[in-house]
Amino acid sequence: MAKNIQSLERAAAMLRLLAGGERRLGLSDIASSLGLAKGTAHGILRTLAHEGFVEQDPASGRYQLGAELLRLGNSYLDVHELRARALVWTDDLARSSGESVYLGVLHQRGVLIIHHVFRPDDSRQVLEVGAMQPLHSSALGKVLSAYDPVAHSEVVETDFKSFTPRTVTGLQDFESVLDLTRARGWAADVEETWEGVASVAAPIQDRRRMPVGAVGITGAVERVCTGDGQLRPELIAAVRDCARSVSRDLGASRF
Amino acid sequence: MTTDAHTTGPFIAAIDQGTTSSRCIVFDKDGRIVAVDQKEHEQIFPKPGWVEHDAAEIWTNVQEVVAGAIEKAGITSADVKAIGITNQRETTLLWDKNTGEPVHNALVWQDTRTDALCRELGRNVGQDRFRRETGLPLASYFAGPKARWLIDNVEGLRERAEAGDILFGTMDSWVIWNLTGGVNGGVHVTDVTNASRTMLMNLHTMAWDEKILSSMKLPAAMLPEIRSSAEVYGHAKGGVLDGVPVASALGDQQAALFGQTCFSEGEAKSTYGTGTFMLMNTGDKPVNSYNGLLTTVGYQIGDQKPVYALEGSIAVTGSLVQWMRDQMGLIKSAAEIETLASSVEDNGGAYFVPAFSGLFAPYWRSDARGVITGLTRYVTKAHIARAVLEATAWQTREITDAMTKDSGVELAALKVDGGMTSNNLLMQTISDFTDAPVVRPMVAETTCLGAAYAAGLAVGFWSSTDELRANWRRAAEWTPRMDADQREREYKSWLKAVERSMGWLDENTGEE
Repeated sequence: MAKNIQSLERAAAMLRLLAGGERRLGLSDIASSLGLAKGTAHGILRTLAHEGFVEQDPASGRYQLGAELLRLGNSYLDVHELRARALVWTDDLARSSGESVYLGVLHQRGVLIIHHVFRPDDSRQVLEVGAMQPLHSSALGKVLSAYDPVAHSEVVETDFKSFTPRTVTGLQDFESVLDLTRARGWAADVEETWEGVASVAAPIQDRRRMPVGAVGITGAVERVCTGDGQLRPELIAAVRDCARSVSRDLGASRF
Repeated sequence: MTTDAHTTGPFIAAIDQGTTSSRCIVFDKDGRIVAVDQKEHEQIFPKPGWVEHDAAEIWTNVQEVVAGAIEKAGITSADVKAIGITNQRETTLLWDKNTGEPVHNALVWQDTRTDALCRELGRNVGQDRFRRETGLPLASYFAGPKARWLIDNVEGLRERAEAGDILFGTMDSWVIWNLTGGVNGGVHVTDVTNASRTMLMNLHTMAWDEKILSSMKLPAAMLPEIRSSAEVYGHAKGGVLDGVPVASALGDQQAALFGQTCFSEGEAKSTYGTGTFMLMNTGDKPVNSYNGLLTTVGYQIGDQKPVYALEGSIAVTGSLVQWMRDQMGLIKSAAEIETLASSVEDNGGAYFVPAFSGLFAPYWRSDARGVITGLTRYVTKAHIARAVLEATAWQTREITDAMTKDSGVELAALKVDGGMTSNNLLMQTISDFTDAPVVRPMVAETTCLGAAYAAGLAVGFWSSTDELRANWRRAAEWTPRMDADQREREYKSWLKAVERSMGWLDENTGEE
């Protein structure tokens, strides 16, 4: 078995020490508890403080756990929290666009639909919460692949199945689609996943600009696109407004 | 929210004078929200069980949110065709008509100081002494006994009230009187829905009941005129909406019924917040309840016949999820209850009856307290989370059952609104347990929308309830997926659990 890295073991022991019992400890307490020379202990603490894992109280000089640890532990955004925050904005997007709205997050190698607002007409529609969409061809999937490195690493492992003649199936071509998505801030799917159906989607980001999901509209290509096959600009604007509003809502009350 | 290019005037402004805040929302002709402004007011707790509001602060806030919403919308009074009012129900105020000053803080609906007075008013008959006339049991929520408490406890008030110097009102009356000029000719009115929560109005005649007034020893001189829910009461005097007709008033739950366009007999809405309120339209006749529901006025449009409703409430729904978060620490945010509950397939045999302050409709047992039953070593916190959501769904089922028994009408579909409608698992469970479709509308703000609709009808902005219905948009729908055998089996277990919550308090100790 390979030898473990001693300074990391010592850093871990310090964090455990600060997490239990007395929360604030001075340098000499920490050094003596762990049987370290003061200079050694100080070097490790300084590095941990630099990374935000411990903080030094300016008045007493004592050390305590840092905010970054809390952030690491809480960084996972609950998908139901995301839905609750997005509810008002997605309703409004459905109203203003006249199309159905989907909110998706990365799940395994696809997009999991966590919220769906019906198209505001009187037609019968079925709630699609829990359904999956492909990462490489749907607008939601392209947004996630473009902004979330984890999604990107998943999508390149998929087989880029062709759903319609317009599905992009080459990795090289797909990467340029993602470049375009990042440059414009939104992604489109015009009959690449379903014949006759077009979508546009934009990223939802939290306070640290981490991509937590994507929101988009989906509808008949005749309504979503203009005569010459371009997406209607007012729909793109409405989707991006919605994504920004949800992102702002997440940022405002996180920590 | 702000204006966008898709919205053009004219508009209706709705004021929602609620329990914790006052809001103003501007709506366009499609019923879409154009602008919102909101301001919270202080909750005053002078003693345990007492809850008051400073009515002067509320009126200041109302003026501010109206100005705020109009500014955010980027419009002027010329673009606003009418003002609608909706309000926290039953909260009671007396004020001096010459100075416009409240004689005391408003007594909030949650305030229980009139408990003893209500028992006394029941005499040998008990809680149901005025039920035939008013549709309500003698309980501390309602306005009449609160007014009596003020008359008895504010020095010299009875004399001033009898001399005609004092005005009584729920918050609709207070807001309308001030909006229309206050001491300078303000109109003193209330609508049939708010009047139906005073215990002073006769449901059959829609007039103040003189016998009840004399039983409660209340001077008739201080009462507002009872009007319909949708008509022009007067015009705003001063402020940013100077000259705009004030054209609707509806208690908040009735406004939600209206906003959900439940205009036909048998249509029902349920608002899932801290607690839950369900109202069912029973058409033009008041239906007596033999199953623990309240009979109340749903709405009245102008000189049309009044429409009645049955009402059932669940005391603890959203607050149970908050309790799981704050007291139990099992979740970090309310939305996480769904994540935890979804991690298991079922409740693992556990049932949670949240009778924290007794059981409400249809049982009305104050000796009940909360229980979790069916525990085995198999049960995890995820099963308990599921039992928490199921508790809200089973209580919804109990109220819909009671409504069906009382009205003879089967529930066709349940229209839902309120914060808990973002919980998908809960909505699916309600559909499963009630065996009815559950439908969420696209505008979540049904309370303000209802007030706006009523005001818009009164001034001809909308032509008819049919036009309003056409505005209604389905945002989501959940349909039952549970088989009947399983539903009935689990319902039996729930009823057994409810049984076990009863009789926890000994009779002689009474209320805590």
